[in-house]
Amino acid sequence: MSDYAIDVSGLVKRFDNKVAVNGVDIKMPKGQVWGFLGPNGSGKTTTIRMICGLLQPSEGKGQCLGFDILKQSAQIKNLTGYMTQKFSFWGDLTIRENLEFVARLYQLKNIKQIVDNTLANLGLTHRQHQLAGALSGGWKQRLALAAVTMSNPKLLLLDEPTAGVDPQARRDFWDEIHKLSAQGLTVLVSTHYMDEAERCDQIVYLANGELITQGSVDEIIKQADIVAFQLKGHGIREQLQSIKQEEGVSSAAYFGAAVHVCGKNADELKDCLHKYQSDDISLTQVDVNLEDAFIQMMANAGFDQRQHG
Amino acid sequence: MRDLTKGNMGNGMLGALHRISGIFIKELIQMRRDKITFAMMLVLPVMQLILFGFAINMDPKHLPTKLQLEENTRFTRTIVAAMQNSGYFDFITTDESDGDPLVTGKAAFIVTIPVGFSKALINNQQPQILIEADATDPAAASNAIGNASTIINQALAHDLQRLNSQSSLKPAVDVVVHRAYNPEAITQYNIVPGLLGVILTMTSVMITAIAMTREAERGTMENLLSLPAKPVEVMLGKIFPYSIVGVVQTFVVLLAAYFLFEVPFTGSVLLLAIGVTVFVLANLALGFTFSTIARTQMEALQLTFFFFLPSILLSGFMFPFRGMPQWAQYIGELLPLTHFLRIVRGVMLKAAQIPDLVNEVYAIGAFMLFMCVVAILRYRTTLD
Repeated sequence: MSDYAIDVSGLVKRFDNKVAVNGVDIKMPKGQVWGFLGPNGSGKTTTIRMICGLLQPSEGKGQCLGFDILKQSAQIKNLTGYMTQKFSFWGDLTIRENLEFVARLYQLKNIKQIVDNTLANLGLTHRQHQLAGALSGGWKQRLALAAVTMSNPKLLLLDEPTAGVDPQARRDFWDEIHKLSAQGLTVLVSTHYMDEAERCDQIVYLANGELITQGSVDEIIKQADIVAFQLKGHGIREQLQSIKQEEGVSSAAYFGAAVHVCGKNADELKDCLHKYQSDDISLTQVDVNLEDAFIQMMANAGFDQRQHG
Repeated sequence: MRDLTKGNMGNGMLGALHRISGIFIKELIQMRRDKITFAMMLVLPVMQLILFGFAINMDPKHLPTKLQLEENTRFTRTIVAAMQNSGYFDFITTDESDGDPLVTGKAAFIVTIPVGFSKALINNQQPQILIEADATDPAAASNAIGNASTIINQALAHDLQRLNSQSSLKPAVDVVVHRAYNPEAITQYNIVPGLLGVILTMTSVMITAIAMTREAERGTMENLLSLPAKPVEVMLGKIFPYSIVGVVQTFVVLLAAYFLFEVPFTGSVLLLAIGVTVFVLANLALGFTFSTIARTQMEALQLTFFFFLPSILLSGFMFPFRGMPQWAQYIGELLPLTHFLRIVRGVMLKAAQIPDLVNEVYAIGAFMLFMCVVAILRYRTTLD
């Protein structure tokens, strides 16, 4: 059997005439946590759905957990936990009933025991008879994660699991994911949060249905091959538009009271930023962050980031 | 200070017109996008016009009639020809082994002309002709029955004139009508068993159609599809609970029929049980198929209504089946309700047994199988 949890190549998905995913290759080793990043509409959800058999690829082939994604989606579903972008459990069933339903479809034995344990781990034992629809956003996410991991899947596909969840709940969520990963579970998680991306072993970056880059956080930052400076102080915020026009500046953005500027060449960038420096305004070189790297890569790939939000 | 972003027409007639036109345009756009509703608004009136205008006929003609001629004379030939010419009676031949043609529904009337009829006629003894009518639907047979005596006596008047010149005040022939199964022509006897079929159709089709589209509408479909369940398993799991509902409804209607409306219950309980089961499953499978077409619960309801309207009008529930033109009868034969009505009326009123109506069960069964296949083929385990 292959060492890859996911091994797909040339995945293409067209809806009518619109290409949602255009030739994506992913080789993901077992036991890792990978982050799936990219702007809205970049094809993250569509790719995940093709991997777990919820969508039939228009082109391409591949395996998921050793099963053919085109023909063996039933086997894949048995071993995969998929958490949808929107809470998709049954709001008119209680928390316990939802878990029992999922347990039955996975043909688990000792359903009562398993559900009891899951509820205890979640800390929801005392609320088990409440309707799932009445839970707050953070609790819904926890319930969904508990439900998709109950069957001891080999692979977790999480589609923006922490969208709209508070920071503490997000941190707890990620602790849980790393705990599961330590037990050998493979996790592919899509997100818009850079801090979450930094928690992943590898990052896959999609834009307009194409895989722009992949690698560890450090590798991606290195690949971008840029430097970053920060201009900080009173009055600098009004200068943003003019900074953007400078030769040698590839991107500039507000960063609190400062302006964060990136460019390809350190000397060139420093030269053109010097004139903004004053008694009130400081210029310092800072670390390139993941967001800078992505924006640079989007530009390299010929995308205008303003179109993509 | 005045808020300039609101323009100059915040109040007054002109402002109101602007806001109304804004809503008007939005509604037009949305109406055009919602294809099923749009189709409903255009197709439904046409469908109703055709059904009510052409298919429905309160004066049914060409009713299948079995002749039992125990003698063959010029008088009987005159009678047969006159009945046929009236347009009400179409003579058919049936096999004894097929069972009572009134019970199986092959014939609406059995006309018996006894031995010695012609002799009695010549002797002016006012012989009798027996017309046994299937009166389960009082409306279906009434015009034919009402006109039978006149048709027969007028036809014979010409033949008899040459025989004896004496004019008689009483009619030459006494037409005896036996209204079988519903001698008092009680409408409820026909309507109440029929309602069982109508209620089951309405609720069964709707309930499954909605149950599936609800998953899609609430976003739980994606979750359901990501869990390991095959299409057949999902379908059966969805259909069985609602078939229990169908059984409960059946009991309620039958109890009401018996105790409230005093409809007799004369036939095979087993036949009715089989009929109800197959019929409910057929409608549930149809509802499941609708749910693979409709995207929202609202669309599912509209499709149900699309099916429900012809079911009520063309099945023989509201209007006599045999009163409809041939094309409408063909459509009616495709509807499970048509066959179920024959079963339920046969069992309750005509003492029908399984062999009498087994073909109706087969017809519903064929519809059920067809719908199951379509539903499974159309049901997607993917979100494509």
